[in-house]
Amino acid sequence: MNVSEQVVARLAGVEKRYGHLVALERADLQLRRGELLALLGPNGAGKTTAISLLLGLLRADAGTVELFGCDPQRIAPRRRIGVMLQQAELPRTLRVGELLRLTASYYPAPRSVAESAAMAGVDDLLARPYAKLSGGQQRRVQFALALCGRPELLFLDEPTVGMDIQTREKLWAAIRRLLAEGCSVLLTTHYLEEAEALADRVCVMARGRVIYEGTVEALRARVATRRVRCISSVDAGVVGSWPAVSLAEQRQGRLYVTTEAAEAVVRRLLDADPHLSELEVQRAGLAEAFTELTREAADGLPETPREVA
Amino acid sequence: MDKVMSMPLPAVPPMSRRRVLGAYLAEMRSECLRYFRAPGFMLPMTLFSTVFYLMFGVLLNHGEASRYLLASYAAFGIIGPGLFGFGVSLAIERDGGLLTLKRALPMPPGAYLLGKMVMAMLAASIVVVLLLAIGIGLAHVALSWRQMLALIATGSFGVLPFCALGMFVGTLLKGQGAPGLLNLVYLPMAFLSGLWLPLSMLPHALQQIAPIWPSYHLNQLTQAAVGLNHGPLLGHVLVLAGFAAVFLGLAARRLRRNG
Repeated sequence: MNVSEQVVARLAGVEKRYGHLVALERADLQLRRGELLALLGPNGAGKTTAISLLLGLLRADAGTVELFGCDPQRIAPRRRIGVMLQQAELPRTLRVGELLRLTASYYPAPRSVAESAAMAGVDDLLARPYAKLSGGQQRRVQFALALCGRPELLFLDEPTVGMDIQTREKLWAAIRRLLAEGCSVLLTTHYLEEAEALADRVCVMARGRVIYEGTVEALRARVATRRVRCISSVDAGVVGSWPAVSLAEQRQGRLYVTTEAAEAVVRRLLDADPHLSELEVQRAGLAEAFTELTREAADGLPETPREVA
Repeated sequence: MDKVMSMPLPAVPPMSRRRVLGAYLAEMRSECLRYFRAPGFMLPMTLFSTVFYLMFGVLLNHGEASRYLLASYAAFGIIGPGLFGFGVSLAIERDGGLLTLKRALPMPPGAYLLGKMVMAMLAASIVVVLLLAIGIGLAHVALSWRQMLALIATGSFGVLPFCALGMFVGTLLKGQGAPGLLNLVYLPMAFLSGLWLPLSMLPHALQQIAPIWPSYHLNQLTQAAVGLNHGPLLGHVLVLAGFAAVFLGLAARRLRRNG
C-alpha cells in the first residue's frame, strides 16, 4: 500500500444533531498521513462539530468516526494526536515549563521540554507563569503543548488568531517542519491565506455538509475570473460594456476590471490606450473561490429551518 | 471500495504502566501547585475558619468551649476546599475550555478528578493543622498526638463528600455563577448543623432537622476526634459515604451527558 494514502482520521456518512438542529449531515472527510487538510467554512458550518467528533468529545448519531482506525473515544488513538483548541484557558499560576511537563506526561514517548519549547519558539518563557504572557505568547505555548507528545496527527483550531504577522510566519514554519517529519495536520482557519500557504487539500463545509474537498489549486481553478489592474485613461463605463467583463471601476486613479476573458480584455485595453501602464493580471484567490462556493451552496439548498447553532 | 480502511497500525510504543502512573502523579502535582499558588483560593480557604475560631474560640471563650469550637470550625474549614476547590474550579474549567482540552488529550481516565481530590484533601489538612496550632498554642486545648492525627485524618477524608457535592454544583453551573450558589449552600448548612454555634443554642425545630445536613455528621466525627463525642461513629461515616456516592453519581452522569 502506498504510504501517502494511509488514512489517519476519517468521517464517513456522519450525522450529528443537537435536538432539532442538524450540525452534520452525511459528512465525509479523510485525512491522509503526512498531509495538511484545511477545514474551511463559515461559522456554524459544522467545523467544530466535525473536530469534536474526531477528538472523541462527541458521539455521532450515525456514521463512522475513526482516528487511526479506532474509536476516538478510546484513549489509545488519542495518544497519537496533539491538540490546540480555539479557546482554552490554561491554569494561570502554572509556569510554561510545568504545563509542558504535565501535558508530556500523558504520552508514551514525548519530546523533551526543551525540544518542544524550541520548536514552538517559547524557550525564553519556560519559567514564566502562564497568566503573565501576552495573548500571542499564550497561543505559542498552546502550540508547544500540542506538539510535545510527538504526535502523528495535529489538530489546530484557529491557531494564529491574535498573533502578529511575524509570529504567524514562525508558526507556519514550525507547522511545515512537522509536516516534513510526516506528521499530519487538520487545520481550521478563517484566514484563507493561511490555508493557501499551508494546505495540501482543503475541505469546505457549509450547513453541516462537506461541499468541496480537493486541492487548493483545484478550488481556485473553479473560479474562472481574473482581475486586471492598470493606470489608463480608458473610461471604466466603456470597459464595463465589453463582453465577458463582470465589473469595471476606477478607484484611486486606477482601473480595476474583473473578467473571465483577461487576454481579450488586455488586448483591447492596450489597443485603446497606448499609454497604459502598470498592468497587472491576477487569478482570483482562494477567498473568491470560497465565497462563490459557499454562495452556491446557500443558493442550491432550499431554505429549511436547518440552520445550525 | 475503501482498502485504506484496513490500514495497519504502525508500531507505536505502548504507554508503559510507569508512565501512566507518572501521568496521574503529574496531574496531582500540577493541581496542588496551581491552587496553592493562587491567593484568591488559599486566603479565603484558610482565613474563614481560622479567623472565626480566633474570635469565638480564643478571644470570647476558653476551656471546653475552645475544644468544642476547634472541632466544629475544623468541620467548617474542611468543607470549604471540597465545595470551592472542586466545585468552583470545575465550573470555571468547563466554561474556559480547559476541561474540553483535557478530555481531548490522552489524559488517563479519572486523573482530572483524582488531581482535584488530592488537592482538596491536602488543603483540608492544612486548614486543620492551622486550627490545631491556634487551638493548642493560643487556646491551650490539651490534645494527645492521637487526637491531633485523628482530626487531620478526619479532615483529609471528610472533605470527600463535599468534593462530590461541589462537583455536582460545578456541573450545574458554568463559570462565575458557581461561587454564589456554593456560598448559598455552605453558609446556611454550616449554621444549621451547629458548626458556628452549638446546636443546643439553636431553636428546637432546627436541632431536630440537623441530621439531614452532611456537615452535621462531619461535625460528629471531628468532635469524636477531639474526645467530645463518645457515641458510635459508623452511622455518621456511612451517611457521609452514601452522600458522596449519590452526588458523585449525579455529577458523573451530568458530565457524561453535557460535558
